[in-house]
Amino acid sequence: MVNFIIKNIVQRIVLLVFISIISHAIVHLAPGEPSLVDPSNPRMKAEDIQRIRAAFHLDEPLHVQYFFWLQDLYSGELKSFKDNQPVLGKIWDRFLNSLPLFILATFITWFLAFPIGIQAALNRGSTFDKTSTFLSFAMISIPGFFLSYIVIIFMVKTFDVPVIGMRTFGLEDSSLLLQSMDRIWHLTIPALMSAIVGTAVLSRYVRSQMLEVINQDYIRTARAVGFSNDEVIYHHGLRNALLPFITLFGLSIPGLIGGSVIFETIFAWPGMGRLGYEAILSRDFPVILTLNFIAAILVLIGTFVSDILYAIVDPRIKF
Amino acid sequence: MNQQAQILTADALPPQVGLLRERWEFFKRNRMAHASSIFLAALMVLAILGKVLTSYIVVFDPRVVRLSEKFLPPLTRFTSEITPAEDAPTFGVYLLGTDELGRDVFARMLEGTSVSLTIGFVAVGISITVGVFFGGIAGYYGRMKLGFITVDTLIMRFVDIMLCFPTFFLILTVVALLPPSIYNIMIIIGLTSWMGTTRFVRAEFLSLRELDFVTAARSQAIPEWRIIFIHMAPNAMAPVLVSATIGVATAILTESALSFLGFGVQPPDATWGNILSDGKQFIFDAPWLTFIPGISILIVVLAFNLCGEGLREAFDPKLRKAR
Repeated sequence: MVNFIIKNIVQRIVLLVFISIISHAIVHLAPGEPSLVDPSNPRMKAEDIQRIRAAFHLDEPLHVQYFFWLQDLYSGELKSFKDNQPVLGKIWDRFLNSLPLFILATFITWFLAFPIGIQAALNRGSTFDKTSTFLSFAMISIPGFFLSYIVIIFMVKTFDVPVIGMRTFGLEDSSLLLQSMDRIWHLTIPALMSAIVGTAVLSRYVRSQMLEVINQDYIRTARAVGFSNDEVIYHHGLRNALLPFITLFGLSIPGLIGGSVIFETIFAWPGMGRLGYEAILSRDFPVILTLNFIAAILVLIGTFVSDILYAIVDPRIKF
Repeated sequence: MNQQAQILTADALPPQVGLLRERWEFFKRNRMAHASSIFLAALMVLAILGKVLTSYIVVFDPRVVRLSEKFLPPLTRFTSEITPAEDAPTFGVYLLGTDELGRDVFARMLEGTSVSLTIGFVAVGISITVGVFFGGIAGYYGRMKLGFITVDTLIMRFVDIMLCFPTFFLILTVVALLPPSIYNIMIIIGLTSWMGTTRFVRAEFLSLRELDFVTAARSQAIPEWRIIFIHMAPNAMAPVLVSATIGVATAILTESALSFLGFGVQPPDATWGNILSDGKQFIFDAPWLTFIPGISILIVVLAFNLCGEGLREAFDPKLRKAR
């Protein structure tokens, strides 16, 4: 077990090194530099541009820049091109904003997908099964921002609730209860919208996984022994069907950055995805690079956690 | 005696139905998938027709600006006295209304059909080419050593690395840094989505390379690239076809998401994605500018997804039994 973990970690560290090299290369080989963002700005004189270039080592060759980036990242001194703030601090602030959105969305996804998938699998071919299958395909196929706009208009017109941003401006002095209610309203709809695709995909997986398990011999045996229907399905069936979803849970962690760009932009949510979008707009290389790098680290952590969990939960896996 | 032998062989022979034919019969049994495939075929015709009608024989000109005619709802008759008669829409009706510059939305949607589908198909074409190439090499030469590392390890670790990047964020980064052009978008979507295909093809090749027909081909000194890409690759196509169908759907959605963020295909070229994202500012004044492209994308992407699911069922014997 310890051997397995050590080997796993070493492999991932090697991957991480290559990932950092590739993401550095992608960002820096592309044409366009931070000093070129706003060539018409009269306040940017040639010497200013020179100063910026020198401060961020842009005149050094690429591999030297790479080592400067790693060194600065490690010592926490990596500064954003845009406002000279430390990159890690900026990302951490945004991470704290993204986190509640991500947690609520994950909760919604898992709590909706499992009942839907299990019901669909148990009543295969029923109206419920057909409707849920069709609806989940429709939800995968609709452009997220199109659906979000419709939902925003509907919610605001019908329920008169605030949806844009993280809190209503001007409520800072009101009671704690009012403030927290306001926060929850702002959180709910973005979380719901970003959970929709996940729910659709996951419920399909749950359905097919459940179908596979239900047709196994041990389920028939359990029924033959005389366990009640519920016990067979939820105790013998579901527990075995759950196994592959440990992997999926690990893989959902990187959604924290990549999946949220669109929704955080629509709902003006100041999270990591939006930070990335703003950084791309202003060619803020350190932020883009570090975000890509952190996303890759999240993937590696996710797969690592799911490998370990799988090994712990499933006694059939040996090392 | 002779007759008996004949009857025996006739009994032993399998029914004369080709493999593809059998799969197709099975595919047709899934009614939604079959209907979507017919719909998609019709859409291809529409796309080609749209391309011809809007650019070669200009019947519907998507670029005519009629500022006095903006925000007309669908099915408005052309009655303006200010706009010259040669700028009137064909049939004298704005079938799907006009946008904020008075351009005919019907003509723009027609133009957009071919552009959107081209983006989908070219992106998937690139991703399949790269995927089959790497997957074939990794599966066929898997055990060959390059220095201290095998070919298989090298390619599959590279796939792992690519899978670590959050796809949409990576696409966004590269599209934003490169000059905006429709070709860049196709190439980038293609180059960031080949990893799944590589995995499928490699897995198929691992079992294919042990089969007799490969040994036979090798014994005839057929060049290895021919064995890989002409003899073996067609046998590994089933999972690739499924993922390609779904890939087109994903590419169309990705393009519309990029358009929403302002990095998609730039005007005056029209795609469904940028008609939708331009229209969303006028959702209260001119809801048709949002709903027409939005619902078109929904239907087409849905058709591709259902079609892909039908193909998956037809090609996967395990799923066929379960149904």
